[in-house]
Parts: sequence; C-alpha cells; structure tokens
Amino acid sequence: MESTLTPQQIFRKRAAGEPLNEGETPQIRRHIINVTLDNSIGALNRVANLFCQRGFNLESVAVGKTDDTSLSRMTLVTAGTTRKVEQVLLQLENLVDTVEVDDVTDLEFVERELCLLKVRYTSKNRSEVMDILDIFKGRVVDITPETMTIEVTGPTKKINAFVGMMEPFGIDELHRSGRVAMRRALVHGS
Amino acid sequence: MSEYSLENLDTPSGDGLPASASSSIVSQETVSQETMTGAEIFVRALDAQGVKYVFGHPGGAVIKIYDEIARIQPRFKHILVRHEQGGTHMAEGYAKATGRVGTVLVTSGPGATNTVTGIADAYMDSVPIVVFTGQVPTHLIGNDAFQETDIIGVTRSITKHSFQVKRVQDLTRTIKEAYHIAKTGRPGPVVVDLPKDILFAEDTFRYPEGVALRGYSTQVNIVETQIALAARMISESKKPLLYVGGGTLNSDAAEELTAFARKTKIPVTTTLHGLSSFPENDPLSLGMLGMHGTWYANQAVQNCDLIIAVGARFDDRVTGKLDAWAPHARVVHIDIDPSCISKNIPVECPILGNVKDVLDMLGPLVEEKDTAEWLGQIDVWREECPLAYEKDDRLRAQGVIEKLREKTDGNAVVVSDVGQHQMWTAQYFKYVHPRSHITSGGLGTMGFCLPAAIGAAFGLRLEGRDDVPVISISGDGGFVMNAQEMSVAAAHRLPIKIIVINNRFLGMVRQWQELFHENRYSHTDLTDTNPDFVKLAEANHVVGLRASTPKELDEAIEKAWSINDGPVLIECQVEKEEMVFPMVPAGAATGDMITERFSHDHDV
Repeated sequence: MESTLTPQQIFRKRAAGEPLNEGETPQIRRHIINVTLDNSIGALNRVANLFCQRGFNLESVAVGKTDDTSLSRMTLVTAGTTRKVEQVLLQLENLVDTVEVDDVTDLEFVERELCLLKVRYTSKNRSEVMDILDIFKGRVVDITPETMTIEVTGPTKKINAFVGMMEPFGIDELHRSGRVAMRRALVHGS
Repeated sequence: MSEYSLENLDTPSGDGLPASASSSIVSQETVSQETMTGAEIFVRALDAQGVKYVFGHPGGAVIKIYDEIARIQPRFKHILVRHEQGGTHMAEGYAKATGRVGTVLVTSGPGATNTVTGIADAYMDSVPIVVFTGQVPTHLIGNDAFQETDIIGVTRSITKHSFQVKRVQDLTRTIKEAYHIAKTGRPGPVVVDLPKDILFAEDTFRYPEGVALRGYSTQVNIVETQIALAARMISESKKPLLYVGGGTLNSDAAEELTAFARKTKIPVTTTLHGLSSFPENDPLSLGMLGMHGTWYANQAVQNCDLIIAVGARFDDRVTGKLDAWAPHARVVHIDIDPSCISKNIPVECPILGNVKDVLDMLGPLVEEKDTAEWLGQIDVWREECPLAYEKDDRLRAQGVIEKLREKTDGNAVVVSDVGQHQMWTAQYFKYVHPRSHITSGGLGTMGFCLPAAIGAAFGLRLEGRDDVPVISISGDGGFVMNAQEMSVAAAHRLPIKIIVINNRFLGMVRQWQELFHENRYSHTDLTDTNPDFVKLAEANHVVGLRASTPKELDEAIEKAWSINDGPVLIECQVEKEEMVFPMVPAGAATGDMITERFSHDHDV
C-alpha cells in the first residue's frame, strides 16, 4: 500500500504517528499530565468533561490542594497516539481555568499512588501475608479476625505488583487513589 | 410589568439608533459610591461595557433586571424576542454582521434551556455572544426548585467558558471577564448564570477597567521563523492555493487577504464561513470548496502543491475523506487557536496568530509569483464543469439567488438557513463585501436564518448602514422553526427581505434520500402540511408576496424593494425536485464529485 501514498501523505502519517501500511496498529502511549488550575467553581468539572466531550481516554485523575490556596493541582493519566495526546494537551490549555499544563511523561519525575486493600486471611496464611506486606513496606490500618485492610504507597507498578501478590488470598475490596506526579528537582549532574 | 410597556420601550424612534445619551439617566460613570441592587449594577455594567442591544425575554428569575430596565432606562436597547432560541440567533447575527459581541438575557429553567441550540451554534462557528441566564436563588440551587436547571452543567461542552455569580461583589468583574473571553482569541459563547438573590443583594458600583485571568492569555507571539518558512514554501511552490475560512473575517483581515492573494497571484477558495472574505468577481476566486463546493475549487485542492489555510479548521465537510485530501500539498496553517492546528491534518508550517497580524508580517516577505500556468489549468477546469442549472421558464431556487444578486449587485447582507437553499446561496450569490454572508455552518441549525437576519439588521442600523438590505433566505422547512420572530422584525420596522424558497420538501434530506436511500422519501414531503406563508407573514404584520414564475419574482422583488419601513416576505414556489450539485458524498474523497443526477445502480 505504501507505494500508492504521495510523499505528502507519508509526511502527514509520520507526523501523526499513524502507520504507513494497512494492518499495522498505531502506537499508543500512556502520558502523565499535571494540570494546575484555578480553584474556581466548576474547574474540575470542566477538565473531566473535556475528556468525555472529545472522546479522550482518561485512566486516572487525582486532584487536591496546593501550597497556593487559589490553585488546585491535578494529575491525569491518559493514553493515546502522539497526535491524540497533543490534542488533549492543547484542549486542556484552551480551558480558561487551567493555569499550567505539564506533560511530565518524558521528564524526570516522581510518582506515587495510594492503595487501600482489604484482604481475607486465616491463621494459617497470616504470616505469609505479613511477609509480603513487609516487602512492599505496607501497613495494616484495620483488622478483623477474617480480614485486614492494608495501606501501600508507591509508583503504580509497585501497587500493581502488590495487588497481584494479594489476589491468591482473596481481595474483598480495593481502592486506588490514582497517580500523583511531580517533576524532580535535579541538583546534581542534570 | 406587562409585556406591552416593554415593547413600547423598544419601539424605534426616528432613525432607530440606540437611545441617545440625553434620553438616558444612566451616566457613563464606571464607579458609584451609592449602594444599589445587583439588578441595577447589572444594567449599569452593560452600559459601562458599551452594550448596544440586548436580545431578551423576561421571566421570574430575572424580573428584577427588567424592573431596573424600565426604571433607569439604560443606554442599551432591549429587544423583546418571542423565543429564547431566536434571541441567541439574533445575537449571533448581530455579532457576525458587526464584529461586536452579541448579548442575550433570559430567565432560568426553560428560558435558559431554550438558548442551548443558539449557544451550540455560536460555539461551532466561533461567534462571540454572552448569554445571561437567570437562576433560582442560591439557597434553592440543587433543590429542584421551580424553573431550576443546571444551565452551567447543560452548556459545559458548548461554551468557551461559563460563570455562576455567587456574590453580588463579583458581578461586575464577571461581566467584564465574560465579554473579554467571548471576544478575544478564537471567539465563542460565554454563559453567565445569575441567581435571583444576587440581583436583589446590594452593593456599590465599580466597573473594572481590565481583567486578570491568569489561565487565559490573549498574548500571541507570532514566530518569525515560521513566517520565513511559509514565505519560502510559497516561493518554492508552483501550484499554490489559499484555503480561507471564517477566521479571516473574525480578525477583519479581508482586505489584507485580498491584497496578499492579488500580489502573489495565488487563487483563493473559501469555506462556507470564508465566503465574502475575498471578492468572488475576482478572476482568482474559485468560490467555495468542499462537499458542495465548485468542481474547479476541489480539482485545485486535489492537484495543488501548497495549501495556505487561513483561519480555517479542515472540517469534514471541507475535506471529505481525510486521507485522500490534497494528496500533493504541503500545508501552511494560520490560526489563532492552537488546538485547531494539526488537529485533522498534520501541517508542515503552523503559524499561531491572528490572521490579520500574520498576513501583515507575511505579505512583505513574499514575491509576486508567476502562476499563469496553474491559473490556466484552473480555467480549463472552470470551463469543463462550471456551476450550472437548467434555465427555462420555471422558477428555480438557483435562479432566485441569481436574481437577488442582480438586484443588489452584491451590496447586501445575505443570511441563509440550512439545507439546499443554503448551498445555492453560497454558490450563486457571488459575495464581494466582507461580512456580507451569514449562515449556520458547523452546527447546521435550521431556524437560524430569520432571527440572525434580524440581529444583523439591528447591527446595520447601529452602524448607520440602513441602506444596505438584509436578505433572509430560508427553505420552507427551516423557516417555520423560528417564524415567530417575524413579529420582532415588524415591531422594529426592520426592512428585511424575507425570502422563503418553498419546494414543499425538506430538500437536502430529500436529496440524500434520492441519492443514497433509493428514493424512499421518508417524512420529507411537506406539500400538505406547510402553512400559507403569505398569510403567516400577514398574521405577523409582515407584507406577504408570492411568486411562482420568474416574471412574478421580478414583480415581487420590485415591490419588496419599494418597501423600506418594514419587513417583506416573498414566498418563492420553486421546482420541487432540484438537486444541489456538484457534490462530494459524505466520507468520499474530494476528487470523487458527483456533478449530475445518476441512476441508482451507480457505484457510490
């Protein structure tokens, strides 16, 4: 098929990150975007609405206060082709409430996610659960004779691994906060 | 307060110009130490903002504002509309004809939801309007109170921005910001929701001079290297084409564009909203491109080696099948909205900026080009397949448009509705003056035309251009959707020429049914259900005329143009089964145009 494309069509497809040949799938990447927005009524709504309105994918959102009381900060995780994600960023910037939009995916950043997990245990496997918990530096925050509720924080991959380790015991309830991310402040060798 | 006394306030006096300063007791002050109600602050703020017309409809939640309008008689004129949707389209027509911001004032609940279509229309077509909606008192919000609607929620995805005023102290600042956001950058609709208690609360008056919106900047630094790149791409091209959209008119750059095209000898094709930004009697003009564009414009697109997109957004009605569009063209894209650039087609040279500013910078850098060969090729296409329709003694819609063009010599503001007549109005009128063509493009809102024409007529009256006729051209289907606004045109003696192209069909849907759905004319035949348009006009205090032959049309036009103190409606009974050609079927490649009727087994 490639031979039938004009040089301009090839240029456009390359720029859009689309495959040149039929049958190939476009490259989808996950992006982590920090959005600083005015703490005004409806600002959060407008951001969330944008994803629905434009058909963008939204994997997780975490939002909260910042050091400046007039601002909130939000970490969004979205996935898409380069072109789609560019649209996400531009449309976010177009919102009147957004003060800053920062795609940190390709930068040095730290990320954390909080996970609360209620797992079933018995007297036989309790120490096994506790050993795993120790490896993941988790804490028990609530306990009954049948279940314990565990708090674990860390990068998303760590949480995924922890949840995977808990599955065989029987997970009663799982609640994840979504990622929050922050650029690293590089001081040495940057 | 009865509707009647409000109407009296609106009755035009003499030239109908907005109430002069002497008849107003509101001073131009932007600061006042006396306390007043939120409603009075609102009315004074609109005056301080320089608003000239408010298209509105009263109701419970905004009754205090209407009370203040009657009491203090502001400088702006309130126009009582008959349906809130009509009000939003009037604001749009006013904005499009003048470049000013249109203002709408409605009550809560149904008053607010009736504006939704107009807001969506303004959003799609980048029209600056501010819609003030009443709201139930703040303590009742969320209680399902009488006439309560979460209009901010309802309109969230169709507004550029929206506000709900929670404290009377925020009222003037919010109004200032609303107008600023609506007008600047890529224009668009802004909704301001006004809870009733805010309008009764008291405060002093202070209208801010500027706005402080840290998340919204109108500062655009045009990148000089991009301008240089564009100039180089233009000089390297042999077959360049200017593809011009509504952004050119929004930035008042028609003059710059025309000078640029004439200097470089680059042919110009425009989108539906780009019409009137370049004189169509110029040999460089190719008319409109896209689904119902001219065959030669689309041929030029498919064969050119450079497209300079000016304030256009590569809409699907322009491009058809994206992958096959303009396959040989490098692309320069000038636009004010960064999210528009490379949205549909990745471009080699994006230039972010106001069209006018960019053309001012780019103009001096480009040389006069020798495009004679390319223009010669285009002329061959022009002769191969010109815009054409059957010319005989029967009345056809295309003929009506050509007749209106002949009568006015292009010196008119033409407003069209949505459907077949809209495409013929785009194809056959041959626009020469900027902002002389107004229509609903992106949303395709039937019922847009008449109220928009009314808004445009108010705009011309404000600018002292009453001598320029406003021609409202609707189909029989769309006209009835907002026909009630005829009484507004009559009440204000607006000399609008209302043309109803009556083919007794929802013609564009009928056309698609004939072409793509094997002639099953499902619910598109209006023969037995259309109103008597002449009687409908007369019932609304509008002179009604009817024409069913070219000769009758001539007479009707003569008569209509002799009436200058009020609206006239001409019902044109035209051929029933006319089709708009040429046509790129939806989703097809631009090169694959249908230029005439074909049989059903034709491979589409």
